[in-house]
Amino acid sequence: MLAIATAVFVVVMLLLLGALFRPRSAQRDARPGQGDSALGESGETLFVVVGGLAVPALVLAGMTILTARTLGAIAASPAPALTVEVIGHLWWWEVRYPAQELTTANEIHIPVGQPVEVRLSSPDVIHSLWVPQLMGKMDLVPGQENVLTLQADHAGAYRGQCAEYCGLQHSRMAFLVVAEPPEAFAGWLRAQAQPAVQPTDAFLAQGAQAFAREGCIGCHVIRYGTGPVGTAVGPDLTHVGSRRTLAAGTLPNTLGHMAGWIGNPQALKAGNYMPTLPLAPDSLRALAAYLESLE
Amino acid sequence: MQLARRPAVVAESRSRIGERVRSKHVGRWERCVGVVVSVTLLSACAPGLGRLVPGLGAPLPVQPVPGGSPQRGALELRQYGCGACHAIPGVPGARGAVGPPLAGFAGRAIVAGSLPNTPENLVRWIRDPQGIAPGTAMPNLGVSVADARDIAAYLYTLR
Repeated sequence: MLAIATAVFVVVMLLLLGALFRPRSAQRDARPGQGDSALGESGETLFVVVGGLAVPALVLAGMTILTARTLGAIAASPAPALTVEVIGHLWWWEVRYPAQELTTANEIHIPVGQPVEVRLSSPDVIHSLWVPQLMGKMDLVPGQENVLTLQADHAGAYRGQCAEYCGLQHSRMAFLVVAEPPEAFAGWLRAQAQPAVQPTDAFLAQGAQAFAREGCIGCHVIRYGTGPVGTAVGPDLTHVGSRRTLAAGTLPNTLGHMAGWIGNPQALKAGNYMPTLPLAPDSLRALAAYLESLE
Repeated sequence: MQLARRPAVVAESRSRIGERVRSKHVGRWERCVGVVVSVTLLSACAPGLGRLVPGLGAPLPVQPVPGGSPQRGALELRQYGCGACHAIPGVPGARGAVGPPLAGFAGRAIVAGSLPNTPENLVRWIRDPQGIAPGTAMPNLGVSVADARDIAAYLYTLR
């Protein structure tokens, strides 16, 4: 592509230089009515027909054939081994692995070097998925499913961002694509499939009780072996401690940030749908410690 | 004496009264200038006065924290997530509103609601909040002694 562009650039520049440095005598000698071309009238017509019609027609026809072939190859490629559903919410990302029956949030884990099918949808307004290092933007449109193929050739965490203005906290609606070697990815899937375990530690147990008592269950769910506790309105918290960020890429996931986020989410991400609850100091500390322990 | 001068005042001619009125105006003007000059001089002297009288207008002494680096402290405040609960000037993203804002911390007399705001007490408080104020919402973030000293050094730069 760069070679073609360079060739076109060189030809255009040569023509320009030719026009600039044409001897003035050639212009003076040109008779009125014959134009000032050294080619003569018939030569000029031929130049326009060949350079302006024939060559572009050939180039465009060639490109059309190449495009059709590539599109055909894409359509014929085998179904990707992995499908991920990404659902854009105000202002976070729900990430589902339907075949594995997994749900997480704000982190899309994929195996390195493999094409992954990502199905995009939105229950509220239009969002747009954008990972600048891996792909162009694709919208998440209510009432429609858009599909893209995502592939990362190098392991790493790639930051993504909502790229369609969607309201107050649009700018703090980020996520990570975590590309891992296939074995590490399989390990992550296994770990995420595990249910949460009721803690034995007294302090953490206090946190688990606070989760059920203080209203968190109105919007969040933790899946225990004995069944889910809570409601899946906001992010699934079964393995929240394993994630790298909180509040959709807004904060690093550490105990301090977790406590501050639970304690007053409106101060950190004003207008988001997580209310600032009147928590007792003990409950706040226990809750933060418990959620951090859910890895 | 005043009684004796009164008749003279009453007997003043019109022109003299006019002069007095004019001189009264000049007097007011001079007073204004005098006030401005004296206020300017006083305010220029105020820092010197402050130095003469200990504790009056003098800047608070910088609390030295042995081994603490304010530059590292600013980074550590960010990494530990202190800013998720406290609004801290100069620390990016530190806009939390769970605990008190830390602006002007160097001038605060008491730390943890119960201890004089000294470097030793502050380091203790940062490392073990429950040990000083059982029941406080401030969590123990496992801060090392070195990190707590850096954080304290940074907090004492907040005037």
